[in-house]
Parts: sequence; structure tokens; C-alpha cells
Amino acid sequence: MAGLRVTFWGTRGSIPVALDSASIRDRLAKAIVAAAGRSLDTHDKARAWVDNELDFAVSHTFGGNSACIQLDGGGKEYVLCDLGSGVRVFGHHVLARHGPAHSSVYHVFMSHLHWDHIMGFPFFAPAYVPGNTIRIYGCHAELESALRRQQDAPFFPVPFHRLGATIEFQVLQPGRSYDIAGWSVTAKLQAHSGDSYGYRFVRDDKVIVYTTDSEHRLDDQVAVEGAATFFADADLVIFDAMYSLAEAVSVKEDWGHSSNVVGVELCQLAGAKHLVLFHHEPANNDERIAQVWRETVRYEEISRSGAPLRISVAYDGLEIEV
Amino acid sequence: MHISQERYADALVLALAGRIDNSTTEGLKTGLDSYVAACRSEGDRLILDFSRVEYISSVGLRVLMLAAKQSREQGGTIVVAAMQPVVREIFEISRFNLVFECFGSVREALAKLSPAGLVAYDAKRGE
Repeated sequence: MAGLRVTFWGTRGSIPVALDSASIRDRLAKAIVAAAGRSLDTHDKARAWVDNELDFAVSHTFGGNSACIQLDGGGKEYVLCDLGSGVRVFGHHVLARHGPAHSSVYHVFMSHLHWDHIMGFPFFAPAYVPGNTIRIYGCHAELESALRRQQDAPFFPVPFHRLGATIEFQVLQPGRSYDIAGWSVTAKLQAHSGDSYGYRFVRDDKVIVYTTDSEHRLDDQVAVEGAATFFADADLVIFDAMYSLAEAVSVKEDWGHSSNVVGVELCQLAGAKHLVLFHHEPANNDERIAQVWRETVRYEEISRSGAPLRISVAYDGLEIEV
Repeated sequence: MHISQERYADALVLALAGRIDNSTTEGLKTGLDSYVAACRSEGDRLILDFSRVEYISSVGLRVLMLAAKQSREQGGTIVVAAMQPVVREIFEISRFNLVFECFGSVREALAKLSPAGLVAYDAKRGE
């Protein structure tokens, strides 16, 4: 049986973020200092050292594009969550792999319709290719109108109806299980401005939970237990860890996002195996995100009462085998 | 949750103990409520003695945040003192150290908040 793979094409929250020149110069300087005294006189040697020894926050950037992930269960049809700017990169990847003449079916599950989660669609090259089929699922009644409206004048030069692919919409009911593209999929209502929905994907006895743009009110025991049930025994939980806990319960309370600390606690409560920190705060640079990752690993150690919970941090291009 | 108290002039030191998590937070909230209600500018300064607290979860931290917010609105002050290293780590990881004034010891907290309380504290300990 082939394993399942999750690929992260966009991981930043709220708005895409790019490394600027000053940041690149700074990390080049750090890398050169770190390499002092080493014999890195070929590209291969240098690349191996960068990959294996250089500090992660210097050798990588967490990105990047806004939310878009791909679930690969080995089927021919593509499965995505959200249409943030990361879907542009995914689209180019598919076209480079198959060429423009190849027709594909894409299934897209939308957490919600805020701009950062739909902004990539006008730049999703397969949407322009006749023969492709794109099925977009979500729980918001405005699912289709939101996608159409962002391409209306004066926002974008190509109206939605000019897209060459066959594009279909299906509004799902939260709490009901659907069999789509080989996955059993269940949506759950989440606390976020205008509502958002998490998705629990099951295939080959593996469970992947995509839960972004969701605030967890810790004083609401029913809601906490509901989240723990939704995450129950998950092999992978992709979790909105945009804020620190202090922010999430004070100045940014009711802003609709969660924290690394709450992610750990809910996953531990649910018996989940692997937590991925996702939807990074745009104000956080790579060093800060790497720090949050280290601290989350430490908090998991401190708070652990059962089996260990693996902690990862999402970055654009990350692939995780489940 | 059992909360013991000691008064030093206009400062009230509340000593908490054990694990503050889902099972004990309601007790913490109930226990703190009456003290927080009295915490205002002309009233008590509250110092939470964490020297016997072994762990605090997110829900416990939220209770502290609400207590601090209420006391601030009343013009009062709540601070935390004498955290064990692991609890200090939790404050740092959650960034509560940025929104809560933390002191290494109860005496340090009194020195900042209540000169009269510091005198009373030292006198009680024969210093």
C-alpha cells in the first residue's frame, strides 16, 4: 500500500510574505561565518552542508505563500485544501509535470472564503486549460459567488466565465461524511469571523486533519471536547498557530486564530501523533518562527502525559509522509 | 484549589500549589475571584506566590489573564513571583512573561509594589 503524502504549497497566514534583500544578505553573512574553516569548494559539498548542518532558519524560509496544501493518496486526481497564493506554485508544478495537454481532475476543500484563502485561484494555470475539471467544496453558501466575484472588474482582467476548465461547486454539510477522490471527508464548523471549517480526511486507516483559521475558547469545555473528538487519533493535524497564547487570550481574543500551546494541548487530549504548526503570523520572520517551533517542542515535553507528539513547522515545499 | 494567604501591609500574597490544569482551574478562578474584586488602586496589591506551582496549562493561564484584566480595570495590580524553572519556561513559551510582571521572589515583588509590605515581610522573617 502506497503511503499518503501531504505537500505544503502555502503556509503563511493572512497575506503572502517574501524574503527581502536585507534578509537574504543577512542570512548569507550568517552562512559564510558558519562555514568558516570548512572545505566547501564544490557546489555539492556546499549543498550537503547547507542541507545537513546549517541552522534551519538560515537555510530555509518558512514562506511565503498563503494557505494551500495537497493531499496525495496515490490516486490520479488531485486533492487540495484552500486556494491561497500557494496554489499558483502547485499549478505550475502540475503543468511542468504533465504538460498543458494533459487533463486532470482537481478537488479543492475550502476552509473559508477570506481573501488569503482564495487569492491564488486567478493565478492557478490549470483553471485556464480546457479539459481540466476543478471541483470546489466548502460549507459556505457563498462559495461560488466569492470565487466568481474576485475575478470581476476592476479586480482582475480575466472574468471567471472565461476560464477554460470545467469548474463545479458543491456546498457540503458539516458533520456529514463524504467519499470524494478516495478520501472520506468530514467538515466541522470552527470559530472564525464569518465561520470557517476544518476537514478530517480518512484514507487507508490514516487520518489527516486540516484545521486553520480557528480560535479555540479554552473556557468552553463542550467546544474543547468537540475539537478533541475531531482530532481523535489523527496521524497528522495541520493547525493554525498564528499567535502566541498570550496574544490569543488578550489583545487578539476573538480574532479567530489559535496558538502553538493550544495546538499541543488539543492534540495531546485527542491522542494525535503529529502536529504541524501552520498559518504563520506575517509579522514573524524566520528566526521567530524557528523559535516558536523549538518552544513548541519543549512545551510538548513539559505537558506530555502519554505518548509523544511529534511537532513540525510548515514551510512552503515541505512534504510529510503519513 | 487551596489558596493560602498572608498579608504584608497593603500587599496580599496568595500562595498556590500543585498543577493548574483543566481539573483545578475552576477552583483557581473561584479562589481568586474575591481577592481580585478587592484589588484596586487604593486596595491590595496581589502577589501570586508560584513557588509550589508545578505546572500551569493554557486554561490556567487564561484565568490569570482574566484576573489581571479585571484588576487593571479597577486600577489594581496582580503580579507573579517565585516561579519554578519549568513554570517560568511555560510563561516564556506562551509569552505570558510579556504581559505579566514576574519577579524572582515574593520579596522582590514587595520591594517593587509595596514598601510598607516589604518592611512587614522582613520583620516577620527577622531580617
